[in-house]
This record gives sequence, C-alpha cells and structure tokens, in this order.
Amino acid sequence: MTTTTTPTRALMEGSEALVRAAILADCRFFAGYPMTPFTEVLEHFAALLPDAGGVCINAESEIEAVGMAWGAVATGARAATGSTGQGLALMQESFSEATLAELPLVIFNMSRSQGDYFQATRGGGHGDYRHIVLAPQDVREGVALVQLAFHLADKWRNPVMIYGDYLLAHTQEAVSVERVEFPPLPEKEWAVDGSRSGTGRSRSVTPLGVTKVGQRHFGQEGKAQYIATKMAHVEREARAESGFCDDAETVVVAFGSPAKFVKYAVAQLRDEGLRVGWVRPITLWPFPVDAVRAATRTARIVGSFEISSGQLVDDVRIAVAGVAPVEFIGGVSSDHSGFGLGRLLDVDEVRERIRALHEGRPQPPVPGYEEFTYEPAPHQLAPTPEVTP
Amino acid sequence: MSTIPLGPVLDTAHAPGDGARVVEPKTPALLLTNHHHLCPGCGEPLAIRAIAEAIEDLGLVDTAVCALGIGCYTSFGSTVDIDLVQCLHGRAPSVATGVKRMLPDATVFTLQGDGDMVNEGLQEVLHTAARGESLTAVLVNNGVFGETGGHMTATSVLGQRTKNTIEGRDAEYHGYPILIGDLIAQLEGAAYVARGSVHNAGAVARTTKMVRRAFETQRRREGFSFVEILTMCPTGWFIPTGEGPDYLASTLGEVHIMGELKADGQIRTTEELHAENVRKAAELEAQLARGGLED
Amino acid sequence: MTTVVKSRGTVTIDVESCKGCELCIPACPPAVLTMSAPVNKRGYHYPELHPGCTGCAACLMVCPDYCFEVFRFQTPVEHEVPS
Repeated sequence: MTTTTTPTRALMEGSEALVRAAILADCRFFAGYPMTPFTEVLEHFAALLPDAGGVCINAESEIEAVGMAWGAVATGARAATGSTGQGLALMQESFSEATLAELPLVIFNMSRSQGDYFQATRGGGHGDYRHIVLAPQDVREGVALVQLAFHLADKWRNPVMIYGDYLLAHTQEAVSVERVEFPPLPEKEWAVDGSRSGTGRSRSVTPLGVTKVGQRHFGQEGKAQYIATKMAHVEREARAESGFCDDAETVVVAFGSPAKFVKYAVAQLRDEGLRVGWVRPITLWPFPVDAVRAATRTARIVGSFEISSGQLVDDVRIAVAGVAPVEFIGGVSSDHSGFGLGRLLDVDEVRERIRALHEGRPQPPVPGYEEFTYEPAPHQLAPTPEVTP
Repeated sequence: MSTIPLGPVLDTAHAPGDGARVVEPKTPALLLTNHHHLCPGCGEPLAIRAIAEAIEDLGLVDTAVCALGIGCYTSFGSTVDIDLVQCLHGRAPSVATGVKRMLPDATVFTLQGDGDMVNEGLQEVLHTAARGESLTAVLVNNGVFGETGGHMTATSVLGQRTKNTIEGRDAEYHGYPILIGDLIAQLEGAAYVARGSVHNAGAVARTTKMVRRAFETQRRREGFSFVEILTMCPTGWFIPTGEGPDYLASTLGEVHIMGELKADGQIRTTEELHAENVRKAAELEAQLARGGLED
Repeated sequence: MTTVVKSRGTVTIDVESCKGCELCIPACPPAVLTMSAPVNKRGYHYPELHPGCTGCAACLMVCPDYCFEVFRFQTPVEHEVPS
C-alpha cells in the first residue's frame, strides 16, 4: 500500500478497508481493546493512524477505550472506538450518556453474530436513546458507510454504529478506498479546547442537564426531553434497498453479510420461477419502515433471515403491521470458535429456507444443532402459582 | 493561644478605604460565583480554590480543560470558568487521555473523589499513570461516598464509621484501605505524586504549592502528575461540623500521609514524610502567627 | 483599664454566604473572630471581627464558602480595648 489518502485498488481484508475509510473521513483518534473478530480493526488503526497525524491507543479495557474516544470527540476531533458485542456490552453506560452529551462518536461492532441487533438498536444502555446503526453487506459498501457514519455523527451530534461481522472484517476483497464527499457541516462551536477558560464563556460537554452560565440550561428532565424529541428527526436517515419485490408473494428481510446470501438465493429461486423478493435494511436504526412496508406490499408471507434466535424479526413485524404474517427463518449459527457466522450461512441452506417459507412448510432444523434443542425439566413445566393479591 | 483582650465588633461589611491593600481576593477569578450547595464545613471548596489559584498563578487559564468526575464536587462544573468535559463515575482519566492526546498543549486535569477514582475508576487512574500520560489527576479524598450519603470507599481507614461500616471498618470483613497516592508513586510513568490536606491554613498553603508543582510537571511534559487532597466531610462522617479538621488529621491523615510522595525521581519514605510534616506544620503555624505566609 | 490593640489588617465578611461551619474561629492565630449572636437570612450564625487582625488570611484559606476578603493596612490601626 502507498499513502493512506490516495485511492488505490488493492486486495485487502475488510478491517483494513474500513480503517482506511475512517482515516479518509478525517478520523484522527481510535481506542480499542483486542477481541475477536474486531481485533484487526484496532491493529490497522494502530498501524495507519500515526502517519495520518492521529493517535491510536490500546486501552486497558473497553470501558477506557470508549472513555478515551469520548475525550477525543469532546475536543472536536473525529474519533471512534469499537469492539465486538461482548466488549460493547462493557461500554453501554458510556453509550447512553454519550447520546445525552451529544457526542459524535463512531462505534465499530465487528459482531460474532447478528444477535447484537437488540444491543445496537434497542440500546444496551440505560434510558431513552438511539444510535444510528449502519449495516454494510460487504467491504465495498463498508468503505462508503464508514464515511457516512462520521458525517451522520457530526450532522446529528449523535453516536453512529457500524454493524459488521466476522465476514466483513476478515474477507479479503479487491477494493478501492475512495473518499466520499458530503455537504459541509457547521463548525463545532460546542467543542472544548481550553481557549474559552477564564473568559466567562467557558463550555461544558456534558450528559447532565446542568451547564455553565451562558450556555443553554436544560435541567435533567429538560435534557432527557430534548434528546428524546431529537430522535424523531433523525429518522429521516433511514436507508434500505430491495429487489424483486414488485410482484413478490414471499419477501425475505435480511441485513449485513447474510443479506448477500439472501439476494443470491432469491435470484436462484426467481430463475425457477418462484415469486420471491428481498429487502435489505441498510440502517438498522432508524429502521426503514416505509421501505419494508413498500417492499412487502404484495407479499402473502414475509420472512426474516438472520443469524440469531430472532431479533430483526420484531422490527419486521412492526413495519409489516399485519399486512402479512412474518416468520423467523434464520437461526443461531456459528463456527466452533464461536466467532464466525456458521454453517447456516450457505446459499443452499438459505435457499431451502426461503423455499420452505414460500411453500408453507416448516423450517428445516439448523444443521448440526438438533441435539442441543432445549428440553425443559419437570419443575419448569409445572405451573407457577399466581402471586398478585 | 492569643492573649489579646477581645475588643468591640468591627465593621466587616465595607472594604477599608485608602491605606489598605487586598492581600487575598475573596473568590478565585476562575469561580463565577462563590455560592455552592456543598455542606457547611466541606473541604472540597478549599481544594477547588487551590486548583483555581494554581492555574491562575501559573498563567495557564486559557489552556485549562477539566475532565470532571461524579461526586459532590460535580456541581462546581457549572460555576468554574474552565472548559469542561463531564465524565461518568470513575471515567475521567480515560476521557482526559483522549483530550490531551488531541490537544497536547492544553493543561488537562481530572477532578475526582475517592469513590470515583479509587473505587469505580481504579483501573483507569493506574493505567493512565503507568502510561505516563502528560496530564494531572486531582483527587479530593474524604474517605466516603459523600454524595450518596456516607458509605465506605477504598480509602476509608480501619475503624472509620460509615453507613456500611457502622461499627467501624474491620479489616477481616471489609478489607484494608488502598493508599492510592502511594500506589501511584510506584509507577514509572508517574513523575510527581503528592498528597495534601485542607484541615488548616498551613495545610491549605502546602496543598496549593503541590497543585502548582503538579501543573508545572505537566507543562514540562515530564509525565503523569497526581495530587491527592484530603478533605473534610462532616456530613459523611456523622460528626459535628467543627470537628471536621481534627477528625481528618487524626483518622484519614494518620493513614494517608501528607507530603510530596514522589518528586524529582525520588520516592519518599513514610518516616521522611512524617518528619517533614511535623517540621512544616510548626513552621507554617509560626508564619501565620507572625502575620502571613511567606511565599 | 484599657490596652492598645493594633490591627495590621482587616477583613470583609460575606455574611449571607456563611453556613455557620465555624472553621474560621480556631483558624485565626490572634483569635479575633467570634460567632455572632444574630443569624443571617439562612439561619446561620456568622463570624464577627475584633481588633487585632494581622491580615494573615488564615480565615480566608479555611472558609469553604469564600466569605472573606483580606486587607492589610499601610499603617496599623490602633484600638483602645478594655482589658
């Protein structure tokens, strides 16, 4: 590789492409803690940020990683942190409060499954808050969405997450990391750098409702109200794409890497003459309700394909709003390391699940896991008495 | 003790006219108001004054950025005229690290209580010190979680009565206190480590000097600087307000020893610190009796 | 019998900010501060100054509510005080 800013088409792993995209978007600070399959994102930031005039710190835990990124972002710099779902679980208090503090923090989730969907979209932290969540389907889209993430974070002064996975992080693709141009944004008047200390106009970057004399006063309730009512406006950033939906009887919803498998399987089924279609949320939050509603307009059955025990399916049900039944056709699936996306992520598997959905047959079991189906014990089947007086 | 007979009450509502000069201004310039809601007899405002005066004296005002923790002192965030990043409980050192790495010429400091720094955030401050981040961490240590009502922290001393050590902290059940200043002094990345106190005017004067030296350490980019300031919390200690200073000196002060624990590459022993404390206390008391502290 | 007491300094006291903690009383080396009989608007007794202040500023240094401003006279002021 030559410089970090010259567009160049080369074979590189997804993690590197995402990092180069972040640096192109002027990210100058990253802090993280190694955890599979996110670790390489940290490695590439460590390798590439210093030459770009930035700083990468290997933090002592995920909690400090998000803290350091918080501090960097507060100075007006573009900064990010990341992990996989387990590590992001440690960062949740900071995620909630960063939203209240209106920090434009970018967060990378290189997830081990699609089971972090709730964590990402419902918020694993406390209180009412939303993060914009972008789910690239492949490295090429990841390069664009990473840059979009930094733009949206600054546009809305809200954290934005890139929801990736093992495939995205570790697949090697030939990709040209090119800068995407965005419209200009206002200067970061809210950022702190010490220069206003002692002038009577010093600033606070704070999640609390209490600010300084001369800054807008919220109070705790006012701040919560302010942020809660902001979220409705951010919903205009919803994005999705769909295919073969104009006359589809069966529509499958999927996001991220698995969506590419669904697209391919749907194309195969169309070649057989089956009227199936797909819709892919690109933003998991704001969930593209209108796009999903439009794509499932003609459907008599809708399926949600995801590598989890069923999380995306809830939002699909909400969007479809009873127009057609919604069924979960995915499953928990991983390789035996627990880090990857497993044997369910296979075009033949995906195609047969869609076919079963289309033909009204029960879903095939998730390959290899039949013996692990939970069997309740007698005491669990026995009724629990009512206790409410 | 003084032998002056007590004369009539004098006018203290009006400043004296010509013929007098101000020795000490009422409120530091960096405080937008002297009003706060902290308890009568709280030591934290005295620590705030020491920090404000050090920043002002060193001419660092327009570079100062504070990463503020969560405790009673948090309320100063809105009245202190310093660019501020409000942090979560225990998280100021990591935030300060991010700030300083992006603003290497700023004077970045944390202000945290013992519950914040030594309980919730112990990992953060130790790693920040070990990395030798060129920032200053300031600890206001009153040996309790004051804001939540007076519970034991990692710095509460054996025998100390708190809400969850009503019979006094017991080593077997509650474990031993962490002497955070001493712990940090062992780390190579820590260049200046000091422990002050605000239980009397002499201690306040020494503490202000320590805070100044800590900021000087930062400006010279010598590594991590740390000032622990023992403060009174009569409310959290369940004692009458007036007993605060003596309680501080005789409980926390006997375990968390005042002094410059590490400076110029030297770590001082407890014996050295004790001897210096006795000497300095007498010296400062004599200076005050003569009419003022010599700088 | 009277004694001449010299005040080398004096203070102003922000009575309404005082929370009655009384830390200034023992801090004053010449012991020329006493707590008032009346209370301020918040119900706290507050310090009052008597002749003999040296302008050492110990009271200011220990006051958590920033009530004191401290002055020094060019020429000490003399008071006649009953002994």
